[in-house]
Amino acid sequence: MSTDRLLDPLILSRLQFVWVVAWHILLPAFTVGIASYIAMLEGLHAWTKNPVYLRISKFWIRVFAVTFGMGVVSGIVMPFQFGTNWSRFTDAVSNVVGPLFAYEGLTAFFLEAAFLGVLLFGRKLVPPWAHFIAASMVALGTLLSTFWILAVNSWMQTPRGYTVVDGRFFPASWVDIIFSPSFPYRLAHVVSGFYVTTAFVVLAVAAYTLRKGRFPDEGRVMMRMALGFLTLFVPLQIVLGDMHGLNTLEHQPAKLAAMEGLWEGGQGVPASLFGFPDQKAETNHFEITVPKLGSLYLTHHWDGAVKGLKDFPADQRPPVIVVYWAFRVMVGAGLAMLAIVGVGWLLRWSGRLYTTEWYLRGLQWAGPLGFIAVLAGWTTTEVGRQPWTVYGLMRTADSVTPSLTGGDVILSLLMYMAVYLLIYPTGLLLLRRIVRNGPLDHDAENDTPVESGRPAQPVVALPLAQLPEGHAAEGHTP
Amino acid sequence: MNGPMLDLVGVWTVILGAGVFFYVLLDGFDLGVGMLYGLNPDSTSRGIIMNSIAPIWDGNETWLILGGLALLAAFPLAFAIIIPALYFPVLLMLLALIFRGVAFEFRFKDKEHRGFWDNAFAYGSAVATFAQGTVLGAFIQGFQVEGRQFTGGSFDWLTPFSVMTGVALMAGYTLLGAGWLILKTEGGLQDWARVQGRRALILVLVGIGIVSLWTPYAQPDIAQRWFTWPNIVFLAPVPLASAVLAWATWRSLGRDHHAWPFVYGIGLFITAYLGLAISLWPNIVPHRYSLWDAASSESTQAFLLVGTLFLLPIILLYSGWSYWVFRGKVKADAGYH
Repeated sequence: MSTDRLLDPLILSRLQFVWVVAWHILLPAFTVGIASYIAMLEGLHAWTKNPVYLRISKFWIRVFAVTFGMGVVSGIVMPFQFGTNWSRFTDAVSNVVGPLFAYEGLTAFFLEAAFLGVLLFGRKLVPPWAHFIAASMVALGTLLSTFWILAVNSWMQTPRGYTVVDGRFFPASWVDIIFSPSFPYRLAHVVSGFYVTTAFVVLAVAAYTLRKGRFPDEGRVMMRMALGFLTLFVPLQIVLGDMHGLNTLEHQPAKLAAMEGLWEGGQGVPASLFGFPDQKAETNHFEITVPKLGSLYLTHHWDGAVKGLKDFPADQRPPVIVVYWAFRVMVGAGLAMLAIVGVGWLLRWSGRLYTTEWYLRGLQWAGPLGFIAVLAGWTTTEVGRQPWTVYGLMRTADSVTPSLTGGDVILSLLMYMAVYLLIYPTGLLLLRRIVRNGPLDHDAENDTPVESGRPAQPVVALPLAQLPEGHAAEGHTP
Repeated sequence: MNGPMLDLVGVWTVILGAGVFFYVLLDGFDLGVGMLYGLNPDSTSRGIIMNSIAPIWDGNETWLILGGLALLAAFPLAFAIIIPALYFPVLLMLLALIFRGVAFEFRFKDKEHRGFWDNAFAYGSAVATFAQGTVLGAFIQGFQVEGRQFTGGSFDWLTPFSVMTGVALMAGYTLLGAGWLILKTEGGLQDWARVQGRRALILVLVGIGIVSLWTPYAQPDIAQRWFTWPNIVFLAPVPLASAVLAWATWRSLGRDHHAWPFVYGIGLFITAYLGLAISLWPNIVPHRYSLWDAASSESTQAFLLVGTLFLLPIILLYSGWSYWVFRGKVKADAGYH
């Protein structure tokens, strides 16, 4: 890479955007699902009075507090990116997408923030029904946030309802802007993907809990709930993904051709299973294909017509190899999930679900599968949108802030990298600690959690005064 | 097309102005509490200080997002010019807010590194405040603009004046934070907050004084606005009210008042904010674009206004409820951990 490219504010701004979004998206991918799960557990507890639900809920609230805090602060970074690094994009599209962003703030962020305080700190201060409502409002907030942000994203992918005056977009129909052609499919696919991601985390924690044998009731309930949920949602997610793919074929054929690694369009196109797309040579190396299969699953006809990459000018094609492989990683993760759920049912029917050591261990390893799928799916759709910010209308190259120098963006990118590389691993370590302590009903950190007959972590022998006030005042006697 | 029933730009100016002020007030006091946390070495007091804002800081910070997004949606040209000009102060503010935000949880759960997260909380609050203060200073001084874009350098914002406003805002937020702690705590910690409040107030008054003298001195159009007849009569109540409120704040910090120091501190912020608004009116990109120039299309503003007028009162209602749930003096066992 030449120094010109290394110091190109456009490329650096894209890297910075990738960096801050990729880390951020991991949090909503989990918090959207876990907020709904917590609301459900609070509801079940209020209804059945079964303390197991309460203990599980309290456990996930501890996890939620850490992840939500990280999600908020990494999320505040996002709207400012549009101003700091993408000011020409902002100037061009704000008349259309600005209110959608603002509605996200108005409908979602305040709802989450206000009721989060009550959810985390208010259990003793408000009646149980109010606490359940607080949990439900937080969950609703996360879903509304997903709704609006995907409305913006979908408009960038499949813009509708606008007019262009002097190179800027103006609204013509708000219904068409919000409900652009890819929006319903994207929304369904993403929300279902976030739920699946969360359920796999719950499944992994349940498996760990069962293996350690400390909280068998909680472990079984979590395992049952997550597996039951995934039985519905993994197949549903695959169907939704297929529908979203067909929508892409219709509205963003160049992206779809890149996903398939399809250079030559036509009727009865093959499906590429494996290969290394070469942008310059306009071909795939070491490719394995199945004849006609591509047309079958893309058009649901053996001889359906599909456009290839060569049907588009070279400067209107996305970076094919990235899109091609990101798509395969996502599909691979989805198929692995389906297999895991299938094996789970086989074990359940033979009564060995909670005791099969290799399966439980495998579930722990499968915990991050959803995150991998989310990141891969996000890469597929966003890199596949290139070279446009507003598909077919505004180029990424014309979107960047003109006053920035390469040095400015290198400096900011390095600072974002340093901070995120400190915050995220720390957050992960703390989450691991919470999981190791498990769904204790009372404070997990002052007691000495015993794991297989020995303390799970070194006992921190702090004098009382150094403990957080809550702990000191409650005066736990270990 | 018929003319609009009401002046949308005017309505949005009021909403944006109120939103930004709510942010300054709400996150202002909890950032100030964060700085006071750094000044107080006692670990019992620190726990109470932290608990006094733990349930509400997140909602307070949400006003920052709302302010940013309202600017983006209602005055996009201003957003597209001002934010690039403030590239590094915005970056510093965001990174500092990240440290400070995660410290709330990490401090409790990462006991081996509690000292580090304590510092992250205090310094994060201080740096975020300083960065916001430099934003204010840079904003008053104005930006180099050609057409619809900022064309200056990414370090134009850094001037002695903006550094001064940065420090002054640190003192201002500390004053609000002290007012909050006086309201929410008792005994020795409350007495300590009164002392800190008085120290901060002196710095605030010096800062307000410098801004009030320098701005008309450097910018003759602003001097003309304030000091010509008959404006001087109509505008005189603003500085006079400031003076009265400063005196009242000082006095109530020295007495057994629980709520008044906070209320008077807010009053002082209101008059300072009004003073700036009068100086800069009607521009949103100072010296360059008016609110009307930078406004988004009528359809955009109208579409957003319908929902905002419906949602904003609801937001205020349930935000108020969440404050109500945590009313009264901070109990030491308020944590959920």
